[in-house]
Amino acid sequence: MRIDHPNPRVALFVPCYIDQLYPDVGMATLELLEAHGVRVEVPPQQTCCGQPLINTGAVAAARPLAERFESTFGEYEHIVCPSGSCAATLRRHPHLLGGQPAGASGRVLELCQFLVQVLGVEHVDVDFPHRVALHESCHGLRELGLGRPSEMGAGFVPKPNPGRQLLEGVRRLTLVEPERADECCGFGGSFCIVEPDVSARMGTDRIDDFERSGAQIITSGDMSCLMHLASLMAAQRRPLAVMHIAQVLVGRPIPGTGEPGTGAGR
Amino acid sequence: MTVSGSDHPSRAAVFLADPDRSGWHDNALWQIRGRRDQRARALPEWEALRALAGRIKAHTLSELPEYLTSFEANARRHGAEVHFARDAAEHNRIVLDLLRSRGITRVVKSKSMLTEECRLNPWLEHHGLEVTDTDLGELIVQLRREPPSHIVLPAIHLRKEDVAQTFSRVLGAPPLSDAQSLTEFARQHLRAKFLAAEAGITGVNFAVAETGGIVVCTNEGNADLGTSLPALHIACMGMEKLIPRAADLPVFLRLLARSATGQAITAYTSHYHGPRPGGELHIVIVDNGRSQLRAEPEHRSSLYCIRCGACMNTCPVFRRSGGHSYAAHVPGPIGSILAPLRKPTEHQSLPHACTLCGSCTAVCPVGIDLHEQLLTLRRRQVDGPALLELNGTAYRASTLKRTFTALAGWVLASSWRTAWLGVAVRFLGHRFPALMRLGPLGRWSKTRSLPALPLRSFHEEYARRQARLPRASGRPSRGPGQ
Repeated sequence: MRIDHPNPRVALFVPCYIDQLYPDVGMATLELLEAHGVRVEVPPQQTCCGQPLINTGAVAAARPLAERFESTFGEYEHIVCPSGSCAATLRRHPHLLGGQPAGASGRVLELCQFLVQVLGVEHVDVDFPHRVALHESCHGLRELGLGRPSEMGAGFVPKPNPGRQLLEGVRRLTLVEPERADECCGFGGSFCIVEPDVSARMGTDRIDDFERSGAQIITSGDMSCLMHLASLMAAQRRPLAVMHIAQVLVGRPIPGTGEPGTGAGR
Repeated sequence: MTVSGSDHPSRAAVFLADPDRSGWHDNALWQIRGRRDQRARALPEWEALRALAGRIKAHTLSELPEYLTSFEANARRHGAEVHFARDAAEHNRIVLDLLRSRGITRVVKSKSMLTEECRLNPWLEHHGLEVTDTDLGELIVQLRREPPSHIVLPAIHLRKEDVAQTFSRVLGAPPLSDAQSLTEFARQHLRAKFLAAEAGITGVNFAVAETGGIVVCTNEGNADLGTSLPALHIACMGMEKLIPRAADLPVFLRLLARSATGQAITAYTSHYHGPRPGGELHIVIVDNGRSQLRAEPEHRSSLYCIRCGACMNTCPVFRRSGGHSYAAHVPGPIGSILAPLRKPTEHQSLPHACTLCGSCTAVCPVGIDLHEQLLTLRRRQVDGPALLELNGTAYRASTLKRTFTALAGWVLASSWRTAWLGVAVRFLGHRFPALMRLGPLGRWSKTRSLPALPLRSFHEEYARRQARLPRASGRPSRGPGQ
């Protein structure tokens, strides 16, 4: 499913919390796409996929956001989003909001999904000489189908995880594995606020597992999981750092250490 | 561990206050989940079997009145008595009458979630009967006067030291430390109860409409002893336990034990077709809200549940918070659907005791869309259609929550309002960091640092970059070789 049209219109959707809290994740995503020759547009009217509202039950309040998404992105062929769970929410708009047919939201792809499945990228030309663990986010895994959830039985046909495929192609990057392949980090949107104790315990257990794996960096296609893990790690003064997968794939330095990753994303 | 109230987060905090126990509980259930996963991967038809089981349950529910009628007729043909109970109170009255009219005072009972739901034990005890739970885990929690914390592993929240302490405190056991001597002690204690019992109460795992038979699955053989020694056997079942044909049974038996504990099959799968010679078999079929649930299109499939507990073992919240945190007779993901549908105000926190990770839905052997239904319940709390109490009053989320979400929706529906809110928060956050610890953010920062606020949002950075770039390079064309 490669792009055949010479200049397909590709839009970048930057989730609200990435826009406000992690601008560099948006910039790294943009640089990564541009480095692969994609002409990316960033429609300024974009806001939020509605997930924070839908997941707390305020579906009616999310409907205007969905309409806004359709009017903002309706003309684009591909809409790329550097967040698995926001992409999953958008893909599931018709189901979650009840009734309306899939429009632009049905054309949303998670960043690594777009790179691998649409552009056919096999490896990203970047050097990242570090031990990296990939946090497989629940929504990427079970709602977008990016990989094999560890509980699925025989007869389930998994799709490869594009984020993992890309990391495997990075020069000098060592992928290390936690014991529990896809245990939830405990973020869960409003869950982290309404269930602070369980949420913190889940996150701490996940961090312990990554620490035992020998990872220096925890990466993921979902910045919200990483935000939760990083905030726990900062409070607990852990030595690990988090980077969004786009930041790894453009070779950003490890945060807090000044230690350079090298290469410019191509 | 005594906690009042049914608020999940505060009850979870109590369990988590002992980090060793919570960690040990999580690991124990993770091991069991691992055994289930191995079984699921080893059986080539696993996913097909799950789908089939869901279809059989959907079909049975759609024809439930007919299947109940034919089950009743066929069970009677074998000499069993069949009773129908509209609710828990009627169920308890039927059981008490059966026992009292025969002058029975000592009863042994094997595991039955339905009798937990109906609170049969306290009712019978209140009327002067002695009821002994004969499943080892159930016995332990009964001696501690606690409810089970898990539907398959009732005492999974306890360590063997706790069990030894309970046996010694309640039954005067000598100091015992290893699992084998504890089990042997319980066996001897139970042996006397079995021999003295005048009636055996069991649950029902499956009731087969075509044959009128009932099936009880245990690993300890306690149901078999309880129904072989006394002359009276009372089997209590929710009306959703029905399956159409004997040929459907293997589908469920294969799924049940594998999903529950990772065994290929339970140690004992006992089939009852009528009473044993000289004995009596009474089957009590209970509605207790199931008809209403059957009429709820979005929640009907929660009646498919075969009580295997796989959703609890895989649930990352349940493993950390323990079963008692749910304050419901069925805890975990399935309980978080069933309980708020019956008592929406009391159990309002349960649909939120979930990260929506979706693993429960992926393991459910009968294909209940558990996490989707939890999301639906959240929606019904805020937007409706409102969940109703038994007396007909509607539960709605707090005005504060509804105002807050409506306001958030209004801000996020406009890019400039979103941008300005961001500017304001970043300004205030940089100037007055203490503000960032108020309200809901305070609950974030209870255990976590706040992310460092950037100077500018992505959209501001992007606008600056576009302004700096000459027009041509701001719009790169596709490179060659892609």
